[in-house]
Amino acid sequence: MLRKNFEFEIQHLKDEIILLGSLVEKNVIDAVDALKKRDMAASERVIELDQQINNKRFELENQVMIVIATQQPLAHDLRLLASYFEVISELERMGDYAKGIGVINIRIGEQPLLKPLVDIPRMAEKGASMLHRALLAFVNEDANTARSIPQEDDDVDNLYIQVYRELMTFVMEDPKNIERANWLLWVAHNLERFSDRVTNICERTVFIVTGELTEIDSDPDHKNH
Amino acid sequence: MNEKIVIENLSLQYDDGTESLRNISLGIPENAITVLFGPAGGGKSSLLRCLNRLNDLSEVKTMSGRIWLDGENILDPKTDVIRLRRKVGMVFARPVVLPMSIRSNITYGLEVMGEKRRSRLEEAVERSLIQAALWEEVKDRLNDPAIALSGGQQQRLCVARSLALEPEVILLDEPTSGLDPISTSKVEASLQEIKKNYSIILVPHSVQQAARTADFAAFFLQGELVEYAQGKTIFTAPTDKRTEDYVTGRFG
Repeated sequence: MLRKNFEFEIQHLKDEIILLGSLVEKNVIDAVDALKKRDMAASERVIELDQQINNKRFELENQVMIVIATQQPLAHDLRLLASYFEVISELERMGDYAKGIGVINIRIGEQPLLKPLVDIPRMAEKGASMLHRALLAFVNEDANTARSIPQEDDDVDNLYIQVYRELMTFVMEDPKNIERANWLLWVAHNLERFSDRVTNICERTVFIVTGELTEIDSDPDHKNH
Repeated sequence: MNEKIVIENLSLQYDDGTESLRNISLGIPENAITVLFGPAGGGKSSLLRCLNRLNDLSEVKTMSGRIWLDGENILDPKTDVIRLRRKVGMVFARPVVLPMSIRSNITYGLEVMGEKRRSRLEEAVERSLIQAALWEEVKDRLNDPAIALSGGQQQRLCVARSLALEPEVILLDEPTSGLDPISTSKVEASLQEIKKNYSIILVPHSVQQAARTADFAAFFLQGELVEYAQGKTIFTAPTDKRTEDYVTGRFG
């Protein structure tokens, strides 16, 4: 009977984490889309949604704490709930990256973008897709998928390097471009960090399944960039 | 970590075949709390009773194997059981206080063994009550009847009574099963204190208590030792699926 209650509460938390993740996923795509279209009102909505994400995070942490207090979980169940704390807070921080992109669009204001966005939307789509699959693997406790997703972080890192190099050529051509290049570099950096955090979620999935806390290294060569 | 007790291939079957131990081998470390846990009928209390030969009083059909305590096989028929039980004290689920004063409860065992020196007896009363985390609550009323103490205090008095004889090993069979949470935490706190000088073997009344108290934990299922590991490992990442299922409440 107790176990039934516990499983009910865990299922509820899983649904909520998927919901939180889908808000973050939507917000990062919307944030880049708003930047691409220079749509200030859309960026304002991104910033507002981030507030909801932050509130949801505290609400979920509280729920996790109640389950820990009332069910006193051990072994797998303890690893599961400890990982929920971690993943909820990762999602909140990933939400902050989306919000950061919204703020940048508003700060750029009337200035035109230095260049049309090509790779930056790709970075956002890739990161959102990685997050989507990483969260499914997380709730389904699929360690194999969780181990494979961080490999894709290389694609995001490569796009980041590409964006960086491209922006540097604009800066070298004309130093007056520095500020506008910097805005976009900041956006790309946020997206690069966004997908890095997907790896942290994947590490928690492996921990739940195996009990081992290990870093999943996508490609050590890229860590120095 | 030194092993105080080494159990080797211990098997036990009662006359009616209800509970048994199957080929148990286990090392119990010194100065630590070792928890024996698992569902009812798993063999943990049977093992506890073997450790001070309380099973001598039970209807045992067959028993084989060895239990080494400081290099001596305590299952050897020549073992002096009285001496063994002085070395290996036991505290039961329900506190059994003697119908006498708090002080006399502590001194009784020593007096039976011939200790007459008042200073020694007084020293034993204070020392063992401090170790059992009861001293502060009773020091001003040592002549009151022990029966007037609360359940939690009575259980700590039983722990103190056992400590007064200066055993080396203390066995506890669900010592807090009838106690409220505050008394339970006091008993557990006193165990953490006394383990510095003794080897403690505890059959807990819940998995949560096992997790709270265990330095080492042995999971028993139907007479079999399924898994034995450090407490911090067995309650966060057990290796055997049966242990996992039990500690997460899937059965038992």
